[in-house]
Amino acid sequence: MELTREEEKSLNGEHGESLQIAYRILSAVGEATDAERLVPIHWAHVSGVNYNTIGDAGEEFLANLSKNAKFKVLTTVNPMGYDKDSVEKFGLDENFIQKQESIRKSYTKMGMTASFSCIPYEIYDLPREDTQVSFAESNAAIYANSIGHLKTNKESAFSALASAITGKSPYSDLRKDDSPNMSISMKVQDPNELTFGLLGYFAGKVADKSVAISGVKNLDKRCNKSLCASMGTSGSCGKFVLDDNSNASEKVDFDEKEMQNVFDELNTADSGDLITLGSPQLGLEEMTDLAAMLKGRSFKKRCLIFCPRAIQEQARSLGYAGQLESAGCELLSDCCTCLTPLVTKKDVDSVTTNSIKGAYYFKNSNGLDVNLKPLSEIVGDETS
Amino acid sequence: MTQKIIVQGKVTGKVLKSNQPINFLGTIDKKTGEIIDKKHDLYGKTIKDSILIFPNGIGSSVGAYTIYSIKSNNVSPLAMACQKVDLTVASGCALANIPLFILEPDEYDKIKDGDEISLG
Repeated sequence: MELTREEEKSLNGEHGESLQIAYRILSAVGEATDAERLVPIHWAHVSGVNYNTIGDAGEEFLANLSKNAKFKVLTTVNPMGYDKDSVEKFGLDENFIQKQESIRKSYTKMGMTASFSCIPYEIYDLPREDTQVSFAESNAAIYANSIGHLKTNKESAFSALASAITGKSPYSDLRKDDSPNMSISMKVQDPNELTFGLLGYFAGKVADKSVAISGVKNLDKRCNKSLCASMGTSGSCGKFVLDDNSNASEKVDFDEKEMQNVFDELNTADSGDLITLGSPQLGLEEMTDLAAMLKGRSFKKRCLIFCPRAIQEQARSLGYAGQLESAGCELLSDCCTCLTPLVTKKDVDSVTTNSIKGAYYFKNSNGLDVNLKPLSEIVGDETS
Repeated sequence: MTQKIIVQGKVTGKVLKSNQPINFLGTIDKKTGEIIDKKHDLYGKTIKDSILIFPNGIGSSVGAYTIYSIKSNNVSPLAMACQKVDLTVASGCALANIPLFILEPDEYDKIKDGDEISLG
C-alpha cells in the first residue's frame, strides 16, 4: 500500500505514538486486503467497549491510548456491559464496574459520541449514498452496506479505532467492489425474523464478501436486523442484496433442510429460564410493535429488553416504555444481549431469544443453553 | 512458502492446524489460550506457543481484542498463518505484534498438524 509522505511520517512515529499505532494497524489491514491507498472516511463506529469482551488488556490499552489520541471524525461506540440505572440489580462485582468506568472514560477522552449502541444506523441520520464510513460491529457494517447504501468493510475493533484516529481507511474489498460473487435462493416458505436469522447465519458461512439473495421481496426492520446480525456472526461476508436476477457465478439453495441444520447447531433447549430481546438492540419501531403485541398481556418470566438510551428516552416520552414495563419487561440501555455479563450460569441455565447472534454468544461465551423462537411465539408462549 | 507477510517476524515451532475458520471472540479463552468452542475442531487444545494455521478469521470485530489479550496474557501463538487474512486477524496481530503470514495455497495444504516449521 502506498502512503503519502505525511502518512509515512506518522507510521514512523514522527507524529506521536497513538498515530503510529493507528497507521501500523491500517498498514497491516491494507496489506492483507491488497489496498493501494488510504481514503478519507466520515464516520467511525467502534466496537470493544464492553469490559466483558475486551478484558484487562483491552482496558489498559485504551487507557494508554487515550492519553494522546483524539478522534478525528464522528465516532460512535458499541454497547458497554451494563445500564448504570439498574446495575445494582445484577450483582456485578466492583472490579467489573471500575474497569467498565475506566473504558468509558478513555473513549470520552478521545472524543466519542456516547451512543453505546450496536444500531447507530437507527439513531443517527445516515450520510448521503456511497459515503465511506468505518463500522466495526458486524451487524452495523452489513446494515450500512446493504440497507444504508454506505461503504464500509466489515471492520475490526482496531481497524475502526485506527480510522477514528486518522480519519482514513484502506481502499479495498467492499469499498472498491461490492458486487456479489454468490447467490442464495431462499426456498423456505412463510419466513419470520428467526428464519432470516438462520438464513443469515447460513449465508455468512457459505459466502465470503457480498451475497445476492433471491426469492425475498421486502424485509421489515426486524427481519433485516436479524439477517445482518447473524450473517456477521458466522462469517466474513459484509453485504447482501435482494436480487432475483443476480449473475453471480455460484448459486446455492437455502431450504428447510439447511435451515434445520443451522437451527440444530444453535438451539439447545426446549424452554428458557429467562427471555432476552435485542441483539441487535431494539429500535423504536420494534418497541412500539412489541408494545402493541403485548396489549393486555404480561410475561410469566423475566424478560430483558435491550435498546439504546436515545430510543428508551423516546419510547418513554411516547408512553411505550411504560406499556412494556406494565407487561413485565425490564428495559436496559447502553448494553446488549450479545456478550452481556448480566445473564450468567449463576442465575439461569437457559435463555429464550429470537436472536441468532445472541444464541451464538450465549452458548459460546456465557456457556448457557438457548431456546430459539420467533417473537410471535415468544409472546404467545410466555405471556398470559 | 509465504505468499505475503502481513506482520513481520521469524519463528520456528510446532504447527497447530485447523480446517475451520476462527471467531476469536467466543472460540478462544483469552486468559488461557484454550479453544473453548465445543463445535470447533481444535476444541480443548491450547494455541500457546504454536504456529497457528487456519483458513481465515470470521465473526466478531472484537476478536481483535482477544488477539491482543492473548499476547498480553502470554498465551499467544508464536505466529499465525492463513489462506486469507481478514481485518480482525490482521489488525489484532499488528497491534499485538504477532507475526502473520498468508501462505501459498499448495503450501497451506501440505503443512500438517504437528509439523515443525519455520516462517519469516
